[in-house]
Amino acid sequence: MTVQTGIRPLSVGRRVKDRAVQGLVYLAFAIAVVPLVSVLWMVISNGLKRFDIEFLTHSMRNIGARDAGGGAYHAIIGTLEQVLLASLIAVPIGLLTAVYLVEYGNGGRLSRMISFFVDIMTGVPSIVAGLFVLAFWILVLGMPFSGFAGALALSILMMPVVVRSTEEMLRLVPNELREASFALGVPKWRTIAKVVLPTAFTGIVTGVMLAVARVAGETAPLLLTVFFTDSINEDPFNGPQMGLPLYVFGQSGLPQDVAIDRAWTGALTLILIVMLLNLVARLISWWRSPAKRG
Amino acid sequence: MAKQIEVSDLDAYYGSHKAIEGISMTIEPRSVTAFIGPSGCGKSTFLRTLNRMHEVIPGARVEGKVRLEDQDLYGANVDPVSVRRTIGMVFQRPNPFPTMSIFDNVAAGLRLNGRFSRSQLDGIVEESLKGANLWNEVKTRLNKPGAGLSGGQQQRLCIARAIAVRPQVLLMDEPCSALDPISTLAIEDLISQLKQEFTIVIVTHNMQQAARVSDRTAFFNLAAQGQPGKLIEMDETSRIFTNPTQKATEDYITGRFG
Repeated sequence: MTVQTGIRPLSVGRRVKDRAVQGLVYLAFAIAVVPLVSVLWMVISNGLKRFDIEFLTHSMRNIGARDAGGGAYHAIIGTLEQVLLASLIAVPIGLLTAVYLVEYGNGGRLSRMISFFVDIMTGVPSIVAGLFVLAFWILVLGMPFSGFAGALALSILMMPVVVRSTEEMLRLVPNELREASFALGVPKWRTIAKVVLPTAFTGIVTGVMLAVARVAGETAPLLLTVFFTDSINEDPFNGPQMGLPLYVFGQSGLPQDVAIDRAWTGALTLILIVMLLNLVARLISWWRSPAKRG
Repeated sequence: MAKQIEVSDLDAYYGSHKAIEGISMTIEPRSVTAFIGPSGCGKSTFLRTLNRMHEVIPGARVEGKVRLEDQDLYGANVDPVSVRRTIGMVFQRPNPFPTMSIFDNVAAGLRLNGRFSRSQLDGIVEESLKGANLWNEVKTRLNKPGAGLSGGQQQRLCIARAIAVRPQVLLMDEPCSALDPISTLAIEDLISQLKQEFTIVIVTHNMQQAARVSDRTAFFNLAAQGQPGKLIEMDETSRIFTNPTQKATEDYITGRFG
C-alpha cells in the first residue's frame, strides 16, 4: 500500500463533512439555548406585572386569599440571611478542606477518603440534607424551626461544591510558584495564604458564586427546616422564616391569579438576586486581578 | 556574607529511586561553581539538596551531610525554612508571582518573612533591582505586573527577588535555558558581578557558559539510564576544559557524547 503524498486540493468529501459537523454543532448550541431563553422569557414577561415597590417592601401578612397586593419582603430577607449564613459556614470549611486536599494531603489515605466523601456529598439529594437537619437539629436537639436551621441544610449542599471547585483552582496554580516562594524562605502556610490562594482567587470566587447560586434556589431543604411564614422575621435564629423558593412554591400552589402572579415575580426576584451576586463576584475578581493594573 | 559549602557522601532519592549517590565536594565562597553533565545525571537534584528544596517533592529524601561553614543543614533541629532563607534559588523558567507587581515581587521575600517599613522596602527593592541590572528598565513602572515583562527581564526580576532577602549563597538552576542570547549575556554579566558578594552555584547545559562564567566546574555523569548520577570530577574550570583527568569528562566536553 502506498501512502499518497504531495499537496492536493481539499477533497469534496472533507468539505462536506466539515459543513455537516459545523451544522450539527450550531444546531446543538441552538437547542441548548432554547430552554434557557424561554425560561428567562417566561419569568420576565410574567414576573414584571407585579415587580413593583410594594412587592419588594411588603410581606404577605394580613393579605387575604383573593387580595391582590402583598409582597415578598419577608422571603427576600429570609433568602439573603439564609444564604449568607450558609456561605459563612460552608465557604471556610470547604476552602480549608480543598487546601488540605491539594497542599497537604499528598494523595494519602485520609485525603482519598475525604475526596470520596465529598463526591458522595455532591450527589446527596437536597431533600436529604433538609431531612438530616430536621432529624438532628430540630427533633433530636430540640431547636426551633429557624432560618439558621435552613442555612445548616444549605451549607451541607454548598460544601462539596466549594471543595470541588476550589480544589480544581488550586491544582491549576503552577508548582513553580510554590517553589519560588519556598526558595525565598517563606513557610508553607504563608506560601499558601499569600501566593497560592491569591493566584487562584478569581477561580475560587467563581466557584463560590456557583455554589451560592445553586443553594439560593433550593426549596426542599427549606421546607423542612425554616417552615413557612407570611410575616417578616428578621432574626434567622428564632422562629420560622421565609425564603424566596418557598414563597414561589407556596404562591404557585394557590388557585387565585393574584397568587400566581406573585409566584412569577418571586421567581424573577430570585433570578435577579443570583445575577446581582454574580455581578458583585465578577467585580471583586476584576478589582483583584493584576490585568487591571497592567 | 558569602560562606563555604561542604558536602560529604550525599545520596538523594525520589521514593525508592536513588537519583544521586556518594557526592562529596567543597564549594568555595565568593566564586562561581558550575555543574555540567548530561540530562538526568542529577545536577539539578543535587543543587536542590543544597537548600533543602529537594524534600519539597513528595517522597523525596536525602542522606548525607551538607555543611554551611560549621552548620549542618540536615541537622535534627534545623528549620528548612531558615536554610532556604540563607541559600536562595533561581529556577530554570522565570516564575514571578502573577498576582504581584514588579515592586511586590522583589519585596515578596521580605514581606512574607517579616515587617519592614515602606522606606526600608523602597531602599532594598531599588538596590536589588540595580543588583539584577533591571532597575533602569523598570523604575518607571514598578507597580505594573511582573508577568508583563519579557522573559529575560522576568528572569532578572527573579534574581532580584532572590537577592533581596540577602542570602549567603545563590543557587541557579539553568537560569538562561529559556532565554535568548542577549538576555543570557545580561545574566552572565550579572553573575560575574554577583560573585563579589555571593557564593554562586549554577547548573548549565551550555558548556561555553560554564567556561565563561565559572571559576570551578563539576562534571556529573551516570553509568546508565536508571543508575544514580555521580560526581566524576571537579576542578578549576580552566583545567576541566583543557586538561581533565577523567576520560568521561573529556568525552563530554569535546562533544563525543551527551
